[in-house]
Amino acid sequence: MNLRTFWMRLGLASLVVCTLIVVAFMAALLFDLSWQGIPVLSWEFLTEFPQKGMTEGGIWPAIFGTTAVTLLATLLAAPLGVACAVWLEEYAGEGWLTQLTRAAVRNLAGVPSIVYGLFGLALFVQGMRMGASVLASACTLALLTLPAVIATTQEALRQVPRSLREGALALGATRWETTYSIVLPAALPGILTGVILALSRAAGETAPILFTGVAFYTRYLPASLFDEFMALPYHLYILATQHHEPEAVRPIAYGTAITLLLLVFLLNLGAFILRAQYHPKKRL
Amino acid sequence: MAMEEQHCLQIEKLHVYAGAKHILKGISLNLPRHQIIALIGPSGCGKTMLLRSINRMHDLDPNIRLQGSILFKGRNILDPRVDPVWIRRHIGMVFQKPNPFAKSIFENVAYGLKINGLKDKARIRAIVEESLRRSYLWEEVKDELDKSALELSGGQQQRLCLARAIAVSPEVILLDEPCSALDPISTAKVEETLLSLRQMFTILIVTHNLQQARRISDYTAFLYLGELVEYGPTAQMFEQPQQELTYNYLHGRFG
Ligand SMILES: Nc1ncnc2c1ncn2[C@@H]1O[C@H](COP(=O)(O)OP(=O)(O)OP(=O)(O)O)[C@@H](O)[C@H]1O
Ligand SMILES: [Mg+2]
Repeated sequence: MNLRTFWMRLGLASLVVCTLIVVAFMAALLFDLSWQGIPVLSWEFLTEFPQKGMTEGGIWPAIFGTTAVTLLATLLAAPLGVACAVWLEEYAGEGWLTQLTRAAVRNLAGVPSIVYGLFGLALFVQGMRMGASVLASACTLALLTLPAVIATTQEALRQVPRSLREGALALGATRWETTYSIVLPAALPGILTGVILALSRAAGETAPILFTGVAFYTRYLPASLFDEFMALPYHLYILATQHHEPEAVRPIAYGTAITLLLLVFLLNLGAFILRAQYHPKKRL
Repeated sequence: MAMEEQHCLQIEKLHVYAGAKHILKGISLNLPRHQIIALIGPSGCGKTMLLRSINRMHDLDPNIRLQGSILFKGRNILDPRVDPVWIRRHIGMVFQKPNPFAKSIFENVAYGLKINGLKDKARIRAIVEESLRRSYLWEEVKDELDKSALELSGGQQQRLCLARAIAVSPEVILLDEPCSALDPISTAKVEETLLSLRQMFTILIVTHNLQQARRISDYTAFLYLGELVEYGPTAQMFEQPQQELTYNYLHGRFG
């Protein structure tokens, strides 16, 4: 074995070891969660309210709250984000305003989620008088996911070859017609994937909803956009760290964790299927 | 007045700069109506640049600057006040690389009609069929018009792009090497099409195939390093070129 082969083997081996370490952690996490969480799952667990100081019963209101807030956040963030990205990519050109917007979007993506939470408290809960509510939380989560939606949409638009745009323009299409009838459909799979991934991140966030609408416990499902709600990540946090009988609620905590994980997994699966369905065919 | 009737498009002292690079150096060229004009010249001499200038495709590229004038229907195409959409509705283009939309074959051809406001379904169908027949694609695709255009072969895609361009009946069609991806038989068919289309359109075609230029064109323009070296009736140009450069190029003596 000469020196080059040695280095090659060593390099390869270290790649494998690194991969194994990552996989081992993932596997341990998943195994632990599944082992302890899945037995807890039952129809009752998924459809009932918590009972007896959360030591019994289910997590239905938290599932409902997380789903509702996440969907609403998506409804708010997707049109805004896509519109913003289309403007930046297709129309804005290279002025100082564009540069500024691009920089703002990039930096917003790095802002910690607790800061979004506090901002949401100041702007939506207090400033716009939404109170601690589904709506205020959804707005805050929408803000949080906007940079990701914008970035992925921009990326998807950039993937659309320029020759396609020129083809439409050459037939006498206006820029707007080109954008909505040629560019957006071509970019749609990428945009949808981005939106769903952003959404699945939003579903797991605790900090942004903490001050803006999530409740420790509610006896009813939110009846309007201005009610408080329960959410899976916060419920988990309560059960794991704030409960007076942590040992007694441990199984429920595991059940909650695995439910949240499954919800996020389902969303990602949706993104995957969309991606596969629209698998970009050969484009010249 | 007679001159204007004769000439569909008049290019006057066209200069094109890409950044600091001077790419087209004062091209003056008149396109006679209902004729086929072949544009020949070595790779990189600026043929595509010239074509793209004619339907204002350079608008999207802030790096590119144009000077001079191109008169069409009494207006200067290069004037930013002239609406590029108006220009492109009258001057169609088939690009060097086929660029079908990710839509069905039918929708690709119907696209230009629809954005131009045609609603009558039967009429759209009729025009789509006729355009596909004209570009010799009809027989191959008539049973699968709903198939994605991206599943066509390269040559079929190029003919589709030609059909798409004819469908909107422009006055001028700019063709950038439309036959470079075609087999000899389809090439012959497309050439036939172009000859028959001459009655309706003025055609400017870029080609590397000198035989093709000779077969189909009425006039030939020879472009070299961004300059128009020679322009004249095709027969005369091939038999008695006035410039030595043209002679050398036509006889494959270059380098
Ligand atoms: N967008 C651009 N920016 C800067 N320079 C360009 C651009 N497009 C083309 N050029 C340059 O302009 C010159 C002419 O290019 P053009 O594409 O018109 O050549 P062509 O005659 O069409 O060649 P071919 O036969 O290979 O297609 C080349 O030197 C090329 O490098
Ligand atoms: Mg070219």
